[in-house]
Amino acid sequence: MSPAAYVFLAVILFVIGAVGVLIRRNAILIFMSVELMLNACNLAFVSFARLNGNLDGQVVAFFVMVVAAAEVVVGLAILMAIYRARRSASVDDANLLKY
Amino acid sequence: MTPILHVLANGGAGGTNLDPIYGKVMFWILAVLAVSAALAMILVRQAVHCALMLAVVMLSLAVMYAMQGAPFLAFVQVIVYTGAVLMLFLFVVMLIGITSADSLKETIKGQRLWAGLAGIAFVVLLVVGIGHAAIGTAAPTTSAQSTDNLTGLAKLIFTTYVFPFEVTSALLITAALGAMVLAHRERTSPKLTQRDVARRKIQSGQVAPEPPPGVYALHNAVDMPAMLPDGSTTDRSVSDAIVQRDLQLGRDPQGRITTDLAAEARIEEERQLEAGAAGKGENQ
Repeated sequence: MSPAAYVFLAVILFVIGAVGVLIRRNAILIFMSVELMLNACNLAFVSFARLNGNLDGQVVAFFVMVVAAAEVVVGLAILMAIYRARRSASVDDANLLKY
Repeated sequence: MTPILHVLANGGAGGTNLDPIYGKVMFWILAVLAVSAALAMILVRQAVHCALMLAVVMLSLAVMYAMQGAPFLAFVQVIVYTGAVLMLFLFVVMLIGITSADSLKETIKGQRLWAGLAGIAFVVLLVVGIGHAAIGTAAPTTSAQSTDNLTGLAKLIFTTYVFPFEVTSALLITAALGAMVLAHRERTSPKLTQRDVARRKIQSGQVAPEPPPGVYALHNAVDMPAMLPDGSTTDRSVSDAIVQRDLQLGRDPQGRITTDLAAEARIEEERQLEAGAAGKGENQ
């Protein structure tokens, strides 16, 4: 299969993730959608690496994975802290900075 | 040999070694699987189901990496993403509560509709843009790829990308420290001693532990409240999560208890009838 097909698949997955961020209310599910977007980017990077015939794209995808792992750890810890303080994981309820 | 094993056995020399028909069939199966799982992920209500759908997407992407000459990334995807990140998600879902399903009520009017329209517009924009970019076929396998995927990646990471690699270690340590600080909870009240616990128990009037679910009831199941010696049931023996689930599914949490009690009464009636019949038989 040509790399273009993989890139189009990555685009579709990325947009599904973005729509998920927009429509979900639960912070965990928003996080999962962000992970989906990162995965779609990785697929595009790997496809471009194959397209160009070198490994630089794969190295970038590797770094994206490492940063995503760190991001999930801190993000979920923040989520736990918010949940402990407010007894809710909904993004609508965390409005202390609103006024 | 299956196509994936074929690619992996070739040391990730690329999808170029893959039989084109195999590659096409695999791609379409995986693409349909990944897109439908991703759609299900953003539409399903339960958080655990979302996590499982995300696992399906990540595993199919891992196979795609293997098909595209990136076996190392395929394994890292399975180990780091599906293994570590998703397990972390599941841990937090369990901690925050399995019952915290997303509410379907829209807090901003027309948000879903506009989000869907924006998504469609975004997809059209990107597809048209990439379609115009005229992406050609894959480049022929170069020496960097053909030797060994792992060796080539290691060479790149420890020469060209050595500084970002070192910065990554600082990032990971910071993330670990940050998670420890954020997850730490200061103890605001003094720790209860054994004596305090005992005193509290005596004061509450309930010295013995609560009966577990199913005790003396007709059914020995976790969702069946225990029967007390006076024949009444106690709600405290059933886990709160089960009651919440019943409410969520629109079932009456007391429904099973009433049917259980009715069945008990019927059995008791039959028993009495039988006893009466046996008594008559003896008399005759």
